Amino acid sequence: MNPLLLIALFVLAAVLGYRIIREVPSLLHTPLMSGTNAISGVTILGSLVATAAAAASGSRLLGFIAIVMASINLVGGFVVTDRMLKMFKQ
Amino acid sequence: MERTIYIAVSIVLCALVLLGIRWMSSPRTAVRGNRLSAVSMLAAVLLVLWTEKIISLPLLWAGIVIGGAIGYYLAVRATMLQMPQMVALLNGLGGGASALVALIEIVEKYAAMAPFNRVSSQLALIVGGVTLSGSIVAALKLDRRIAQRPVVLRGHSFLAGGSIALMLALAAAALFAGNSPATAFSVAVVLVALIYGILMAIRVGGADMPITISLLNSFSGLAGAICGFTIEEPLLVAVGAIVGASGLILTQIMCRAMNRSLAHVLSGSIAAYQPGAGEAAPESEEKPETGEEISYKQILAQARKVIIVPGYGMALAQAQGKVKELFDFWEARGVEVKFAIHPVAGRMPGHMNVLLAEVDIPYDRLCEMEQINPEFATADLAVVVGACDVVNPAANTVEGTPIYGMPVLKVEEAKHVFVYNLDLKPGYSGVDNPLYKMKHVRLCLGDAKETLAGLLEELAEALA
Repeated sequence: MNPLLLIALFVLAAVLGYRIIREVPSLLHTPLMSGTNAISGVTILGSLVATAAAAASGSRLLGFIAIVMASINLVGGFVVTDRMLKMFKQ
Repeated sequence: MERTIYIAVSIVLCALVLLGIRWMSSPRTAVRGNRLSAVSMLAAVLLVLWTEKIISLPLLWAGIVIGGAIGYYLAVRATMLQMPQMVALLNGLGGGASALVALIEIVEKYAAMAPFNRVSSQLALIVGGVTLSGSIVAALKLDRRIAQRPVVLRGHSFLAGGSIALMLALAAAALFAGNSPATAFSVAVVLVALIYGILMAIRVGGADMPITISLLNSFSGLAGAICGFTIEEPLLVAVGAIVGASGLILTQIMCRAMNRSLAHVLSGSIAAYQPGAGEAAPESEEKPETGEEISYKQILAQARKVIIVPGYGMALAQAQGKVKELFDFWEARGVEVKFAIHPVAGRMPGHMNVLLAEVDIPYDRLCEMEQINPEFATADLAVVVGACDVVNPAANTVEGTPIYGMPVLKVEEAKHVFVYNLDLKPGYSGVDNPLYKMKHVRLCLGDAKETLAGLLEELAEALA
């Protein structure tokens, strides 16, 4: 993919994200942070592709570790956020 | 063709993630929002596995299952008090994973990489490595496994600056090196990045942690996005950018709430501040307690509007349950009860709200500072539980303190103030709290769980 296109995508997503996230009240900032933190586990996509394509066994091991780390990030983040959000009652 | 479908689906998934975050702006829809984000991420994983035709590789699934199980275990076990260290740890893992992906790319196909990808891979190593070690140090500090106070080594700034310079030099060397030296240089970049992360986080004090965690949150997203540049994966770029923006907003909010610049926090400048020669715990604290016993009862009997100000001390004393009992007691008797939440109460943004929501205090009673400050003047009683700096009318006027200029809750404007703190020691700012000496302020020192139990008894008598 064209680098310029990727950079444009980066800027667009950051601006959109910035605008939407600014609306989140401080009441929910902790779950917001753990939730977006979970989303940052998106790097698992990279881990999966890189691991599958890796030829050297060392790389595969590194890739496996990356997948484990990213999965902890993803699952742990979403579950913990869910637990917190369910506590907010009127 | 397949690529076009892939891009289209990616865009849809990004939009869903954004919608999920949008739903996070109200407690009513937030649970749904988080689940939508989770499902979108799951779909993204399956999409990638499918389009790359790697869906049947056992190694990948083994990693997902093991990591998922560990993540689930950690998530159900963490208490609300531990949330900051949990989030810090997860941030670090995400950043670390991004750095590893970049490293694999370098090891596997450096020769074939274009300059853009080479540069971004080095950046991913740096940001990811710093996020990993910085987050682990932050998590250890928050978990009280290492000293909470800022640790400043000899020549700390020199070491930090030196490691940044070394990192950049090594990264530059890797860019122009051939295949195998590039790998060696890149590994060195990661190592130095890990050291820099430690240097950065170790000199931040406990109460500045909300800022540090927010920053590391931003870094973890940024590392993912940069890693996305390296492997040319649009989903990573877009989602990483969203997370980076989120962390940035929270960092800004926290800095503003404490009136601190990011540079100040990261340089651990509070260590330099020495509280003035004046010793803490002056004598004048001894107020004629016995003579006023009756009037305290009257205050309680007459209070129609109460504002409770919880601080981190409440959480440390595990007194949330008692606070809830107080709330219920007043609520049942038609007394108006509100909670004043300072933006930096707790150890991460919004931490206090979560701690109070856990004991079933309705979220519409949790008020932000700007909203509640004008109300103190109309309150009959303000009850401070384990908070010092955020209610210190002087801390923000003494120059050179870590919280100089920090907006505070105006509890002193309430008709009466009851303070349930552990002791009279100044808070993180090191500035004595003049509130303690004011005439309309009653001090009840000790473990908040016990002193609040005392208040509940008094209340039962007063409103019998």
